Amino acid sequence: MKASDQTRLLREMIFFRRFEERSFEAYMERKIGGFLHLYSGQEAVATGVLEMARCGHDYVITGYRDHVHAIKAGAPAREVMAELYGKETGSSRGRGGSMHIFDPTVNFMGGYALVGQPFPLAAGLAMACKLKKTDQIAICFLGDGANNQGTFHETLNMASVWKLPVLFVCENNLYAIGTRIDRSTAVRDQYKRAAAYNMESSQHDGQDIDTVMKAARSAIHHVRGGNGPYFIEFLTYRQRGHSMSDSNAYRSKEEEREWAERDPIKLYGERLKAAGRLTDADIAQIEKSVQDEIENDVIRFAEESPEPRVEDLTKYCLDDNPNPQWIGPLRGDQHG
Amino acid sequence: MAEIAYWEAIRRAHDEELANDPLVIAMGEDIGVAGGTYKATSGLYQKYGPERIIDTPISENSYTGIGIGASMAGVRPIIEIMSINFALLALDTLINAAAKIRYMSGGRVSCPIVMRTPGGTAHQLAAQHSARLARMFMSTAGLRVVTPRGPLDAYGMLKSAVRCNDPVIIIEHESMYNMRGEVPDQEFFRPLEGAEVVRAGSDITLIGYNYSVHLCLAAAAKLASMGVSAEVIDLRALKPIDRDTIRRSVEKTHKVVIAEEDEAAVGVGAEIISVITEECFFALDAQPVRVHAADVPVPYNRQLEKAAIPNADDVLAAALKVLGRA
Repeated sequence: MKASDQTRLLREMIFFRRFEERSFEAYMERKIGGFLHLYSGQEAVATGVLEMARCGHDYVITGYRDHVHAIKAGAPAREVMAELYGKETGSSRGRGGSMHIFDPTVNFMGGYALVGQPFPLAAGLAMACKLKKTDQIAICFLGDGANNQGTFHETLNMASVWKLPVLFVCENNLYAIGTRIDRSTAVRDQYKRAAAYNMESSQHDGQDIDTVMKAARSAIHHVRGGNGPYFIEFLTYRQRGHSMSDSNAYRSKEEEREWAERDPIKLYGERLKAAGRLTDADIAQIEKSVQDEIENDVIRFAEESPEPRVEDLTKYCLDDNPNPQWIGPLRGDQHG
Repeated sequence: MAEIAYWEAIRRAHDEELANDPLVIAMGEDIGVAGGTYKATSGLYQKYGPERIIDTPISENSYTGIGIGASMAGVRPIIEIMSINFALLALDTLINAAAKIRYMSGGRVSCPIVMRTPGGTAHQLAAQHSARLARMFMSTAGLRVVTPRGPLDAYGMLKSAVRCNDPVIIIEHESMYNMRGEVPDQEFFRPLEGAEVVRAGSDITLIGYNYSVHLCLAAAAKLASMGVSAEVIDLRALKPIDRDTIRRSVEKTHKVVIAEEDEAAVGVGAEIISVITEECFFALDAQPVRVHAADVPVPYNRQLEKAAIPNADDVLAAALKVLGRA
């Protein structure tokens, strides 16, 4: 990989971390409402996998921890932040919020709050790619907790039977909300569960972006090559609680410290320094430019954007310009 | 103009829409090789192949979700659920996903799916194959719900539903698939909104939907022999409800009976009485009466089943009560 791409990837991860931490601050200032699920600590997974995908061409879908996936897929960060602020300029026009970021212009098909619901939606997107005979694939990011829903089993089965071009990315961060994996799940290694559906799978370190990219490249090659679905598991850790009301009481400080040592940004930054690609001063400069971009572009845009109009409350519920031939109303002369 | 069965009307609509657009597909349990439990997709597998006529495993929630996901990328799936009882398994993807995606994406992503399913009691199918459940879907924002009463609407509404950009739930009825009716030979579409006055009258309004329209028509025929002119309205769509047609009829007859095959609580009859109260309360000369199922799971025993489900005589008795002739 070129040095400039490595620097860009490091900057992207620093940007994603700052985006999340800045939205935490805005939440504390009550500028963001509802629930807010932050991705800090897991950046290498979405960044690495989507670096290997064809963003804007392939379909991407995920759960409610969706800001970073949306931005890496191509959604403008300022529109994602405006969505968190509930503004009309937001990715979902202020109707979705943090958990429901959509940007179909780059084929980012949404964040969903029903755990496990994106499994079948992703397989459906893949089915559409297959029907249209394009070389697109669908990429579905979900956590380990989603694998205990019925949709996991039902969808992996159908995706495998029908050889759909879908990549299931399991971000195993060890906790399903606040319940540790060994207390909720009979099989700790999630990739092994795909074998029940005759699906190829593998498990990798999710903190090292080089490892993530290498594994994702091969999995995506498999899926795009018409070989059917693939299930890839990354071991990772979220640094913050499940959502904003989470006390983190279910895990030890020692465990948090151990994972903090393997912070994906720290790991990658140190690797680039050791290779002589970057200096501490370069990284400080990146952090400064990220800080400036978040404040001067992303936050400013969200702050200054207008709220949706109350008159538009029912807009977007159904097709706003339906064809009267299909919809009606029924006319007296229209009885067949 | 030919007289065809309800199932043949559905099959013809499938065939024409599949021929019209390569992104129309059908999916469901046993719809392909086996031809469909009610024959509504018979022969289509042979004509359009396994990639478009998709036999699914028994996984209602996720195969419905796969249809929804495909619809988000421009496919137009017609999803069959073999019985509305099984649609309960698919409520997450239907209500939490299909009904909400357009709104929560700010209008940027649509889910143009059609979900067809028979709801209703047939003949001793017992509690887990006799649910009606229309009320559950009609209370959900973001869905359209239609209830074709015969082959004409079964054909014309399915065709419109496939082309409509919203998710459409089509509730059919196990006892209607062999019902025959005239359907024009040339292609046509029937709109997804608008109630229909299927028999004009001046003394009382009988309101039904799906199978209960036929109970109202039978009761109206008996009322006519007693010198009473009953108007019968087929709601056709349960979401949205056509308030104008209901109001115009009640302002004319001043009396109303609503017939539903479902249990009464939080149901279609309750909703229609609310509409009448809001639209034209002072036009009423008598309190509206609901004809509905008993508040029990549907029993297996033939006599008990008959007692649990309303029939045309129940509609007639209710009408006579409203007319003060009971």
